[in-house]
Amino acid sequence: MAVLTKAGPAGSRVPGRPALRRGRFSVVWRPRTVLVLALAALALFAGLVVNIGRGDFPISIGEVVAVLLGGGDRGQRFIVLDLRLPQSLTGALVGGALAVSGAITQAVARNPLASPDIIGITMGASATAVFVIVVGGGFGAVGGLLSSAGLPIAALVGGLLTAAVIYGLSWRKGIQGFRLVLVGIGINAMLLAVVQWLLVVAELYEAARATVWLTGSLNARGWEHVVPVALALVVLVPAALVLAHALGALQFGDDTARGLGMRVDRARTWLLVVAVGLAAVATASAGPIAFVALVAPQIAQRLVGAARPPIAASLLVGAALTVLADVVARTALPAPLPVGIVTAVIGAPYLLYLLARHGREART
Amino acid sequence: MSTVMPVPVTATGRPPAPRRSLRSRRLAGLVLLLAALVGAALLSVAVGAKPIPLDVVWDALVRPDPALEDHIVVGALRIPRTVLGLVAGAALGLAGALIQGHTRNPLADPGLLGVNAGAAFLVVVGIYVFGVTDPLGYVWLAFAGAAAASVAVFVLGSVGRAGATPVTLALAGSAVSALLAALTSAVVLIDVATLDAYRFWAVGSLAGRDGAVLTNVVWFLVAGALIALASAPALNALSLGDDVARSLGHSVRRTRVLGIVAITLLAGGATAACGPIAFVGLVVPHIVRTFTGPDYRWLLPASALSGAVLLLVGDVLGRVLVRPGELQVGIVLALVGAPFFIYLVRRRKMVHI
Repeated sequence: MAVLTKAGPAGSRVPGRPALRRGRFSVVWRPRTVLVLALAALALFAGLVVNIGRGDFPISIGEVVAVLLGGGDRGQRFIVLDLRLPQSLTGALVGGALAVSGAITQAVARNPLASPDIIGITMGASATAVFVIVVGGGFGAVGGLLSSAGLPIAALVGGLLTAAVIYGLSWRKGIQGFRLVLVGIGINAMLLAVVQWLLVVAELYEAARATVWLTGSLNARGWEHVVPVALALVVLVPAALVLAHALGALQFGDDTARGLGMRVDRARTWLLVVAVGLAAVATASAGPIAFVALVAPQIAQRLVGAARPPIAASLLVGAALTVLADVVARTALPAPLPVGIVTAVIGAPYLLYLLARHGREART
Repeated sequence: MSTVMPVPVTATGRPPAPRRSLRSRRLAGLVLLLAALVGAALLSVAVGAKPIPLDVVWDALVRPDPALEDHIVVGALRIPRTVLGLVAGAALGLAGALIQGHTRNPLADPGLLGVNAGAAFLVVVGIYVFGVTDPLGYVWLAFAGAAAASVAVFVLGSVGRAGATPVTLALAGSAVSALLAALTSAVVLIDVATLDAYRFWAVGSLAGRDGAVLTNVVWFLVAGALIALASAPALNALSLGDDVARSLGHSVRRTRVLGIVAITLLAGGATAACGPIAFVGLVVPHIVRTFTGPDYRWLLPASALSGAVLLLVGDVLGRVLVRPGELQVGIVLALVGAPFFIYLVRRRKMVHI
């Protein structure tokens, strides 16, 4: 088991911080990170329970907990386990996946604006999904193939393909974070034009359905939506945590990271593969829920007090944020709206707040 | 940070006489642009679902005969559409050159100031709350929305000590745009009828706009263009950086405010008339700089001309590509403009926003 040491070998010790050490691997013990993780997990659980309890058929918080622990009557069990739990869980998992994806892209590009929704990955998934909704089986073999695979799979393929195109176009003797963001913005604009054209040629009913999808919605999500995201998280989050140690060196810029003995391009490529996978799977399940990938890592970073967006804290903050936004979207507004609208209405002012704070810092 | 590109000197240009060669190249460029504009305008009148030979077009212009179907098409449909495209394109090109100068960001676009998102939001509110369905009603709503959004972006972008710097303007623009876009889709999702009207407005198009739309916005565009052209010398100073401009005796604040007013009038007016059209403002200044160099006294008029050419050509392409249907010019330009944007990003050593 890991050994808790107060003083490691000279030169590899963080003053005043004990480290868990085991062979080549070590983790610095940060009480604040652990506290933040615990609080975020608590907020996530509270959000889940409240979200499951509220709706046309209200269930009290105590009863929700009882059902989750295996009690409750048949009606309650059906509503909680078959209807509301999968929807809330999809929200939590999708939010977590988007947040981790954002944390990685922000750290790799060293730019808080570099979230997967800004650089066009989610738009790739969206454009494919709208194509399937609007064109359906028509449009020759492409449409038939995509729609027979189902909406989530088609969106996933679209997201991954878009990411590959963005990555390929950004490649010029290596990947530069800023060029990646800008190429992504260009691809994003192009796909947006395709989406708008599809909305114009669509029947009104299909256009409405596509618009809901484009906003990011958790409505009517069942266990079949939970499983793929959960699997992706189980595989990709540990991968992200392992790869994340490279982020520390990448913060100093490519040259320094190379000087420290890192294979910069390989580390960055694998990190981006993980980020793209998470974003594409999340978007395929729930549509492009706005701003979670941008905001959650930034909040987590400030809560933890880290130098870059932390992976684990982003996961929990993103999950909690999305579930709480879903509570608001479903029950606190005059008409139930997709969750993506609430996250955007929270996220955009947060971006402005970052801006204003930046201005004040410049003044002092 | 600066958008200034090195002035390319021709192979034969000897160092003692670069001004002369630059001047002649600028003049040649302007003449070429004018010729292209005339050609694009003629194409725009002649090409369409019903092709009309150029000699018939000429007849329709010189001695219109109300009994001939072709002459009616030219006079009532094609000419207003062409004039609208010409004016809106020129406005968008000018606005693009202005915003790139003011933000000193070569990738800036009027959409960056929240113009499109603001216009879209008020149009949707107008459709949903007040039941506006008349294109003339859209014009005023869109213009008010565009103006309000860009003022908001400017105020929010100026909260820092340094005032409206390029970076804060860009970030404030994207934040305000995202917020307005979310509110827009909230309204659209509540009411399907609004979605039906909005989705056709949201792709910028020159089709179905009659002369009244143009007469409503043309004075805003003229005022914006005059302010823009008058601010060219100040923009030249500003492109050396705020500090240098200030020490040369320019009021940076006044120049910025005037610039925002001009951009709002131009981009807001064009968006009001045609709906959101992206990438004209982005692409045009880059093309123009290759022969004018960074001098805004040349750059601004040339941008207006090439904006008009680009919009007209895009519109003609949209009519030809999916006959007998039509691809809206906003979509054509995004599909052409985005690859160009990516090309720019790949070619140039990039600046950091």
